[in-house]
This record gives sequence, C-alpha cells and structure tokens, in this order.
Amino acid sequence: MSINRKELEEIATLAQLHIPEQQVSQITDSLNQVMGMIEHINGAQTSGVEPMAHPHEGWQQWREDVVTDQSHKTALLKLAAHADEDHYLVPKVIE
Amino acid sequence: MINLSIRQMADMLTTKQISVQELNGVYHDRARQFNDRTNALISVYEELCAREVMQAQDLLGKAAHPLAGIPLIHKDLFCTRGQTTTCGSNMLEHFIPPYDATVVSRLSAAGMITHGKANMDEFAMGSSNEHSAYGPVANPWDLSRVPGGSSGGSAAAVAARMTPVATGTDTGGSIRQPAALCGITGIKPSYGRVSRYGMVAFASSLDQGGVLAPAADDCGLVLSAMSGHDPLDSTSARRPGWAWQKPESADLTGVKVGVIQDWVDGLQDEAIKQLTLQAIETLKAQGASLIDIHLPHADLAVSAYYVLAPAECSSNLSRFDGVRFGHQTAQAQNLEDLYRRSRSEGFGEEVKRRIMIGTWALSSGYYDAYYLKAQKIRRLISDDFRQAFDQCHVLACPVSPELAFKHGEKADGVSMYQADQFTIPASLAGLPCLSMPIGHAAGLPVGLQLIGRYYDEQSILAVADQYQQLTRHHLQVPEAFL
Amino acid sequence: MSVIGADWEMVIGLEIHVRLDTNSKLFSGMKASYGASPNSQVSFLDAGLPGTLPVINQKALDYAIRFGLSVDADIPDVTVFARKNYFYPDLPKGYQISQMDDPIVGKGHLVITTEDGEKTIEITRAHLEEDAGKSIHDKYDQFSAIDLNRAGTPLIEVVSEPQMSNAKEAVAYMREIYTRVTHLGICDGNLQEGSFRCDANVSVRRAGETELGTRAEIKNLNSFRFIEKAINHEARRQVQILESGGTVTQETRLYDADKDQTRSMRSKENANDYRYFPDPDQLPIRITAEMISAQKSRMPEFPDAKVRRFVAELGLKKDDAELIAHDQAMAAFFESSQQASQAKADLNAKFLLGEFSALLNVQGAVIADSRILPEAYAGLLDAMADGTISRKVAKQVLDEMWGTGQSAAQVIKDQGLGQISDASALTGLIKKLLEDNPDQVASYRGGNEKMFNFFVGQIMKQTKGQANPVQTKQLLEEFLNE
Repeated sequence: MSINRKELEEIATLAQLHIPEQQVSQITDSLNQVMGMIEHINGAQTSGVEPMAHPHEGWQQWREDVVTDQSHKTALLKLAAHADEDHYLVPKVIE
Repeated sequence: MINLSIRQMADMLTTKQISVQELNGVYHDRARQFNDRTNALISVYEELCAREVMQAQDLLGKAAHPLAGIPLIHKDLFCTRGQTTTCGSNMLEHFIPPYDATVVSRLSAAGMITHGKANMDEFAMGSSNEHSAYGPVANPWDLSRVPGGSSGGSAAAVAARMTPVATGTDTGGSIRQPAALCGITGIKPSYGRVSRYGMVAFASSLDQGGVLAPAADDCGLVLSAMSGHDPLDSTSARRPGWAWQKPESADLTGVKVGVIQDWVDGLQDEAIKQLTLQAIETLKAQGASLIDIHLPHADLAVSAYYVLAPAECSSNLSRFDGVRFGHQTAQAQNLEDLYRRSRSEGFGEEVKRRIMIGTWALSSGYYDAYYLKAQKIRRLISDDFRQAFDQCHVLACPVSPELAFKHGEKADGVSMYQADQFTIPASLAGLPCLSMPIGHAAGLPVGLQLIGRYYDEQSILAVADQYQQLTRHHLQVPEAFL
Repeated sequence: MSVIGADWEMVIGLEIHVRLDTNSKLFSGMKASYGASPNSQVSFLDAGLPGTLPVINQKALDYAIRFGLSVDADIPDVTVFARKNYFYPDLPKGYQISQMDDPIVGKGHLVITTEDGEKTIEITRAHLEEDAGKSIHDKYDQFSAIDLNRAGTPLIEVVSEPQMSNAKEAVAYMREIYTRVTHLGICDGNLQEGSFRCDANVSVRRAGETELGTRAEIKNLNSFRFIEKAINHEARRQVQILESGGTVTQETRLYDADKDQTRSMRSKENANDYRYFPDPDQLPIRITAEMISAQKSRMPEFPDAKVRRFVAELGLKKDDAELIAHDQAMAAFFESSQQASQAKADLNAKFLLGEFSALLNVQGAVIADSRILPEAYAGLLDAMADGTISRKVAKQVLDEMWGTGQSAAQVIKDQGLGQISDASALTGLIKKLLEDNPDQVASYRGGNEKMFNFFVGQIMKQTKGQANPVQTKQLLEEFLNE
C-alpha cells in the first residue's frame, strides 16, 4: 500500500491540515514508509477473530439524568482566540 | 536527602525531623538548578502552592498520610487548573485549563505538592522526547543522549532527582521506555485502573496514567493514591480500591516468572542481553521459578499499534481546530483556511504524520483491511497473554532493544517505531507493566520489564520491590546531579 | 412537464430527529433546556475541551428503548456508540458521538393511514446521538457566531425505509412518529424549538422502474406543512432535470420556505467520508431484560387504542372519541374528570369539545394548563347530570369557575343558579298558581291545551327560570288533570 499526491490531498482535506507544496513529496514518502510497516499485518491469519476495540472487559457504566454542572461561560469564552461577550466567532460560514 | 524513599521522607515529616517547606525547598532548588541542563520541565512553579502546603501540614497532623508533603511533578498533559498545560505542543502554548485532571486532584488531596510540569513528546507521540515544541530533554546519564519518551521529561526529572516522583502516561511504552533509559522505575497500570479524566487523550483505548520514581515501593504508594473508579471516566474500572502492600522479605519462593525467551535471545545489544539474563537469574536466586513463554502474535504488535493508535489520535485531535481554545492562525481567509493553518502551525511534524496515518486507516476502503484487521490482531495478542498467564504469575522481558541513543541519531520514522516492540504488546492487551533498573552498560541504564495479569499491579510491584531489596541499581544517581 | 404519479414515481425515506426530553445532556451533567442565553449551558465536555470524557445519561437510553418498543422494534442485547468525524464550527470535538453498526433500536414498523387505506412503513433503525450547536450567520457580516448550548443534547434519529411514495404519506408517517414520541413522554414535541425535525431523502424514477433513482437529501424540515411542500418541490425539480436529459446529483439541499425552493448546501460538500469507528472513550452498553421490561411497563395507550376503548367502554360517538383521543392532554383531562364524575361520558365529551373548548379558545389557553382542574369540572358535570342546573346555565357556571376559581357548587349556590327540583317547593308554587287563576284552569280543563304553556311560563317567571322544566311540567300535568 502506498499513497500518491492526490490521495495525500484527500487525507489532508479530511484531517484539515495544510500541506505546503514544497513538503508534498517528503510527507508522501514518510507516510509511505509507515504504511509499508503497517502492511505487515496483512499476512496475519485473522479469520473468525472477534475485533477487540477495548482492553476493558466490562460494560459501559451510566449516570442518572441529573444536572450536576453549572455555566462556565466566562471561563470558556476566555479560552477562545476570537469571541464576543456571548459567542465564539469564526470566519463566516455559507451554508 | 535525595536518595530517600517516599516512606523515609514521610517518616521524617511525621516525626518533624524536617518540615514540609524544607523538604520541598530542596527539590524546588534542584528543579530550578538542573532544568537548564536537562530541559526536563516545561514549567517550574515559582512558588509552592500555599493551599497545598497547608493541606499537607494538616494531613501530617492527623492519621497516617504517606504522601503528605511529598514533592511531585506532573507530565504536562495532565490538566492542572489555572496552570498552563501544553502537552509539549505549540497548539496549547497558552492553554490554562479551568479544571484539574482526576489524577491531579487525587494526588493533591493526598497532600502532595506540585512543583511543575514535565516536558514530553508532543501529545505523547514519540520515544525520544525530541518531538517537543519546548525543546528536547537531555538524559541525565549523558546529556548528549535522549531520555526516551514520551514521558521523557518525567523520567529525566526523577533520574536527576529534581523530584522524588513524577506522573507519566503510557500508550505504547511512554512510561516504561524512558524509565529504562533513565535508570528509574516506572509503572503503567492496567487499563481502567487510573482515571483518564483531564489527561489529554492520544489514543483513548490505550492511554493510562502511571508513575515514575526511583523505586517500585515509591511507585506503589503513589499509584494507590491515583487509582480507583472515577464517575467522570466511564472506562475507569468499578472495582474496590487497591492499596499497595510492600512485601516483608525478598523471598520469591512460589512465584512463577514467565520469561519471554525469544525476545531476550533476539536482543542485538549484547550488553543489554547479559544484564537482562543476570536480572532474571537474580529473580531465580531469590526463589522464583522460571518458565519459558512464547507469544506467537507479538511480532505483529508494532504494525497493529501504528494503525490503532493513530486512528484514535486522528479523531481525538480533531478538537484542536483553533476555535474554542488553543492556537489560532493569524492569517485565515475563510473557515477551512482557519482550520488548516491553525492545525498545521499548532501541531509538529510527528503529530501531523500520525493524524494523517490514522485518517487514512479509518477512511472508506481501508477501514476493514487495516483498522478492523488491527483490532483482530489486538485480540490475538491479548489471547496470547491470557494463555501465558495460565502458566505464570508475572512475565519478565526486555523494555527497550537499545540503550539511550544520541539526539538526532534516529531520523524520523519507522526505526523509532520499532524501538517500542517490547512495550506495545502489553499496552494492546491493557495489562499492568513496569520497568525497573537492572544495571548499566557503557554508563547507560538498562531496564527489565515485568508484565502482570489484568488488575494485578500488586504482583509486578512486589517482584520489583523484592529485587530492589537486594540490589541498588534504582538508587544510582548520575554524578553530575548528586 | 410530466405528471408525478402517472409518468414518474416518488420514493421518499425520512430521517427524523427527535430531541429527548431529559434534564441533562446526553454525555454531560449540563442542563439541556432550550432558550438559555448563548453558551450558558456548555460544560467543558460540551465545548470539547481536552481531557474531558463522555458518560452516558441513563434516561436517554431508557427513552430510546421506549421508542423502540412503541414501533415493535428489535432491541439488541448490546449497543455501541461510534464517532462520526467531520469539522464544523458547531461540532466542538470534531466528531459527533452517534451510532453506526449497533444502534439501540433495530428494525421496526408502524402503520399510517393514507388515501388508499392503511400502509405499513418499515423503520430501518433508530440510534442515539448528540445534537450539534448552533451557528448564527446574521449577527455579523464577516463572522458566524457559535452558540454551543444545544451541543450534546440527546437525540434519537429514526430512519425509515424508502417506502413512502408521495408527500402526503411522508407527512402521515411523520405525524405518526410525532404522536408516538409525544405520547411516550420522551419528547416535548416543540416544532418551533427544533425538538422534532426531519431530513427527507427524495428521489424520482419512471413509473414501473424498480431501481432507485439518485436521491437528494433535504435537511432540517421542522413543520408538517413545509415538508410536504419541500418534497413536492424537490421531486418536480428532479423530474425537470431528468426530462431535460440531465442527471440528479446526490447532495444535501436546504429548503427555503419563503421562496418555496431547495438549494444545494455548499458547507456539506466535502463531508462525505465520516470515518465512523467505535468510540474508544466508551465501552459497549449491555441492554438487560430488566431495562426493557421497565420501559414496557411505561408504554402508554396510543390514540387508536384509546378511540376503540372510548367507544366500546364509555359509549362515546366515534367522532368525539377521535377528537379527544388524539389530543393527549384533552384525553387525560377527559379521563380524570370522568373518573371523578357520575355524569354520562357522552355528556362529558360533548361539553368538553363544545363549551369547554370554546372557553379555552376565548381565553387563549390550552387544556394542559386549564385553570379548572378535572375534579372541579367533574363537579359541574354532576350538577348537570342530577338536574341542578341546565346545560345552558352550566356554561355560565363554567365561565364563573374560570374567573374565580370557585367550585361549581359554590357558584351555583352564591348566584342562586340551582334549578328548583324540590317537588314540595314546586308543588306549593303550582297549587297557589292554580288557586289564583281559576279561569285559566277552567279554560285548560275545557280543552284549551295551549293554556298549559301559560302555567309553565308563570312558574318560570316566579322562579326566575330556576324551576326544573321537566319536573315543573310533570307536576303541572298531575294537578291539572286530577
């Protein structure tokens, strides 16, 4: 498995990363190097094996439907690079 | 003073041979003094937190509180309320969380006093601590060499005795490998033993918080205080609390130690191999019986891990988009531009590479062939361990196939990933595991890994403590830091 | 242009988003109510802050199961949350926690009534997911403003098979789901606030064709009227394209009610590879038989069953029963008043649908917050039933009860509105009347039957209309004919 320039672009779009033109070939090479290593799993015999998503053997725990938290508006908006007194702000989105 | 165990320090504090201020003053000075050389810490707190000092004094006046007044450094991916938490990334250079990680609040409640935050590979991705936006960390045993990673700052800080204990996190070896390379003890507990709340996620199904300290006994005391169910983390185990019990003697009679012989035999570095064999012989001499163990699927672990961990990371790191917190680019033309530039400026190369690998592995057309396949291999490896533990109580094996290498010696990429070959399998299975120092080769420390049954931290810590009752490797301090 | 129905067929599938009426959000302990000031109901988790972790709300699970049972769906033993990955400013984590392979509600079905009779629509699945926040585009010229109050509120998404073949069927299906979720008490049903909204997948094909055409998805329809218009518009648009030799693009479209047209949503263009994978922050959820039976016991009686019971057991007219049973609040009011009253159910129903509804209308109130409680209303019914007051007077008493909050008996007493049904009182009045008017008595007895009304009128005059007319006539006949 290896990827080409077009596939790199698709991955970068999904991952929302900016790849400068001069880095395209270097990044493609480095990803292909890792993919080459990952390839190794293809040889493994895994038919009938149940995928393991989690090492934890238990079941999910839940909480009661109770409000336990209060507003953090000021603290939250203070963390943002760009906000007014009520909202986070982003460049205009056209739907 | 700097080679006192936590128990000894606690004893001196309780009997008022030393005050909380005096003890913490020593480490405060050492942290400041040695950080120029090691770069082990991203932040060194100017002053001790008055509230923490008061709480420690309060606790010391009451019943037994083994951790009250003991100095502590947190890896900089544990959120600390009101204190910058960078994760070794430019992305979070100015991020001050409004909440504490559960690990942080529990250790604080136990009376420990936080001195600063440890350097690390960015978002815990790396095995050399060279992938930090705040510069590489020097190994106290040889400043030209790496301390390992990703908890390299924590390991170096303990090795240089800038702190008697530090927290770390381990996803594929990030506590054990730096502990080995820095000549200290480091434990990654069972998955679910320690709450992940407030611990910035790399790969959620693998990440676990743990402890680095000179001795297994120190690790056991601190890990006990960190452990236990947390209602804020639904993957934390709902089990009765666990408290470390230090063994009374060094006698290992009746303990069955499984040796992963083909890993030992395969070691290219003859010195590491010899030290590993010696350490295993010591366990035998202490009364342990040795059993030869083979893990048939372990050679697939690194490849499977580099599918699963990046896949989870690609999703976990999507929240860093520059909008609500973290770095935002100064030159966005539109929303997509804001996302792309903020993320590309904020993340380092290794993080971006893993995000892209993970994005690819989850994308349509590759999901079954890579992600699902890797999960199946994870099951096979987990089953290998299950069978191994039918025959033995703990497993012994190498931690790292090599000694601490020189800064810049390993070009980016796959060669570094292979360095995790002995630590990744236990991570995939979620098992408790530790590294303990077993001697030096060419002046550099070597570690031995002990892996336990699920939720049996007690056995691996006990074996390590019993070994340390007879040996002094864990008490070695680099000359320059005495 | 050709006619839909003759040359072209429509194929419609609906994805309905039902907001679950819980106190707290799906994964955080933050309040989940509508209409709070912007960003005032946002937890650290809801804002996607690093290190925060989701913990599922039990009530959301219960509500989803309750819905599943109401459409005869399979409820699996195990259900799993998955992450749906995409970037959008109102999606704080960069992924939505949703479900993919193991939804909480499996295949189900329900019956709708169409012009051609009854039709079964199959439900493919229903899954739990968190809602996104809100983007406000009209506050600034250059920015979109983000409010995350809604982020993390619990939804179930109910997915139908593409089995509806015109817009009216789609509306009938949507109404049927609406009736279920509001009767189940799991959704407040507020369309304005977006508690119940729908995406419609619309495609067209030539009549008789069996392959499905390319579909377009119309997003966010939150009114029964708009969905009908939007679907019809979209189908016409597709037919036009196909008839002029073009092809329909698979895309997401937005319906503009003002212009009655749909347009392509540019913002959703790239978001087509969502890289679903199991959420590693959460373990699989086991659904026990106890959980299911607990919800079975809370299954309400749906309107169709209610109508049957009202007709069969209470003797209501079918039309009246329909009107009452389909209004959940009115049905509840009707049943509790009926239980507290001796009156015939038919009188209750007629008065409720007539005079009572008229009063509510005048007052601009709904029955759920009626100022007259069912028990008080039952008192009024009883006063009518036992002849204390006439239905005409009852209307007057009802108004007074609304205004003063007094009981029916109190109003009747204070205002002297009670009918004189006391035989002895009436007998006295009648005897005296006949004595005072011997000529008229003679005239009546002589065969002038019209004179009878004279006596009735006189009694009514003397009692200011409060004499019970039936009894008055009876007594008059007795005396005059003796």
